[in-house]
Amino acid sequence: MNNLLEFFSFTNPTVRTVVLGTVLIAVCSSIVGTYTYLRKRSLVGDVVAHAIFPGICLGFVLSGSKNPIFLMLGAIAAGWIALVLMDAIVAKTKLKTDTAQAFILTFFFGLGTVFLAYIQKSGSAAQTGLHDFLLGKAANITQFDLAVFGVISLLLILLVLTYYKVFKLISFNEDYAASLGYNVKFYRFLLTTMTVVAVAVGIQAVGVVLMSALLITPAATARLWTHKLQHLMLIAGIFGALSGIFGAYVSYAAVNMPTGPWFVVFLTFFALLSIFIAPKNGILSKLKQKRINANKINRENVLKTFYNLMEHGAEQINTQLILEKRSFVPRVLEATLHKLKHQGLVQRKGNIYSLTEEGMVEAKRVVRLHRLWELYLTKRMNYKEDHIHGLAESMEHIITPEIEKDLLKELDYPTQDPHQSKIPY
Amino acid sequence: MISLEAHNLTVAYDKVPVLWDIDFELPTGKIIGIIGPNGSGKTTLLKTIMGLIKPASGYVKVFEQDLDEVRQRVAYVPQRESVDWDFPASVQDVVEMGRYRKNSLFRRLTQTDKEIVANAIEKVKLTAFKDRQISQLSGGQQQRVFIARALAQGADIFFMDEPFVGVDATTETAILDLLTTMRDEGKTVVIVHHDLQTVSGYFDHLVLLNTRVIACGPTAEVLTQENLSNAYGGQLTLLSKIQSIIKEKEFPIREKGFEKR
Repeated sequence: MNNLLEFFSFTNPTVRTVVLGTVLIAVCSSIVGTYTYLRKRSLVGDVVAHAIFPGICLGFVLSGSKNPIFLMLGAIAAGWIALVLMDAIVAKTKLKTDTAQAFILTFFFGLGTVFLAYIQKSGSAAQTGLHDFLLGKAANITQFDLAVFGVISLLLILLVLTYYKVFKLISFNEDYAASLGYNVKFYRFLLTTMTVVAVAVGIQAVGVVLMSALLITPAATARLWTHKLQHLMLIAGIFGALSGIFGAYVSYAAVNMPTGPWFVVFLTFFALLSIFIAPKNGILSKLKQKRINANKINRENVLKTFYNLMEHGAEQINTQLILEKRSFVPRVLEATLHKLKHQGLVQRKGNIYSLTEEGMVEAKRVVRLHRLWELYLTKRMNYKEDHIHGLAESMEHIITPEIEKDLLKELDYPTQDPHQSKIPY
Repeated sequence: MISLEAHNLTVAYDKVPVLWDIDFELPTGKIIGIIGPNGSGKTTLLKTIMGLIKPASGYVKVFEQDLDEVRQRVAYVPQRESVDWDFPASVQDVVEMGRYRKNSLFRRLTQTDKEIVANAIEKVKLTAFKDRQISQLSGGQQQRVFIARALAQGADIFFMDEPFVGVDATTETAILDLLTTMRDEGKTVVIVHHDLQTVSGYFDHLVLLNTRVIACGPTAEVLTQENLSNAYGGQLTLLSKIQSIIKEKEFPIREKGFEKR
């Protein structure tokens, strides 16, 4: 508990460095990753993340230190070599993209692991902690790292904002961009380089193994919340930042815990949460829509039954009469009647129910739609009369006023349905 | 006046020549159809004209100039299926892309741009849908979005790849009306089309294609029984044999020094 307070009060300068560093890294990867995601290059991100591992080891061997600048240079070089090799494999051999990706990813990662084993055996004191690049250790972020990552992250974010329009165009429709005269190859190169750099920056906090999650998951999660690209980038950044703060906390509170896996746990938590509660696309809102539909169907069916009973001369309508005419679950019927009364469509005197004026209008509308659709099915779609009732039974709840207007026009304002019942207006 | 000239154009796709030494010229101010059977190179021709595929030999001139010189006057409507319509963008967003210019990265859309965009959306009858997310549109509406984007470019010549595929009757009529208006304004529209039945109703001028140009001219002159059976009547077996040898041995289609001739 003390830990929690100390961490989230941000009074400790080490905590501030770690949190700021992680958040910057996370926001930057999430925003750059938005384009990786939109261009369907998710797996390329994974390849790059794994491929930079030997680069980091080499950077360490050549410079003899864990200075982030050397490690990053090694990482970026390795990432690029991997991508160039991958493209060459696809272009020059019969192998397909997925095969080339699997091949390059495993080869480079294997190479990195060999390098790491060699470095660890050499026994140099500086190498301790190099294996933290595998799964990430946000707590290791120093003031100097922060300065380096900060500058690079801000630069990347600035690039995305500068080229926002072009990146949008290229991600949506490369051929069209080329037809406008844009140098598509250059922008593709720029986007790929930005991805490589974002990955190289991120590995300190997340590690090479899980880095691609930080590129892809925030954007994929944000996609559930919005249809707008600006908002997508913003929301992805927020999810990334939140996961970053929690990841940094774990790294701070539990000394031997790697950050990357926790990062991914939090990201996935947000993703799952979004699958449930996101507007329109979320499971909850779909359930809600289902309930709204069911209620509408019940209400309209009850109103229609009133109309049918009255059409056959019934005057004193009670629940029993309704149930004889049409099967409802009695409890549902009670609830629906209650709701209709509340809405002023039905009135009640003792056990006798009747339609109000408004209720009558609504009941007529439902019956009218049913009969119009039956007529449409027989006249325009050549259905036999004994088939149409069931189809119209569901359509009456779906047809909108606009479609009703078209329907009336197309059928030339008919007065009788195929069963010779009057169509009420 | 000539709107488009293709000279000795040879294009290979995955090393197989799809267009073999073709030559033709197109007039200005007409609705022109590029027709031919499946795999006859129609889309490849359009992409080559737009500079998306590099030809193995020959060249294309638009309004008697290289494409790069006249880009502002040329608009391209790719096949609808060539993009992912789940992309987070609205109708307005996509049509605005027609006003993007490569040399003005930071320029915001001006009031004039916005009027042009609104006008283009109106012309394809999508004003009521302008804020709609593009994934929620029908196939026909999506096609109209692409056409509106090209209209927003304010071009003089339009290249459209199969705009009538998978569209509803409303869209078909809307597109045809629009094409007529465009022609009356002096614009040239070149359309890749595969449905022979509708050809005579749609186009003033035709290029009948099957790896080579079989006929090119006013619709009535091109649509003869002889031309059609030449284009559609079975593959040329000898030609496809040679094509497979070229693919297998990776022979060059043109020897050095003959690229531009």
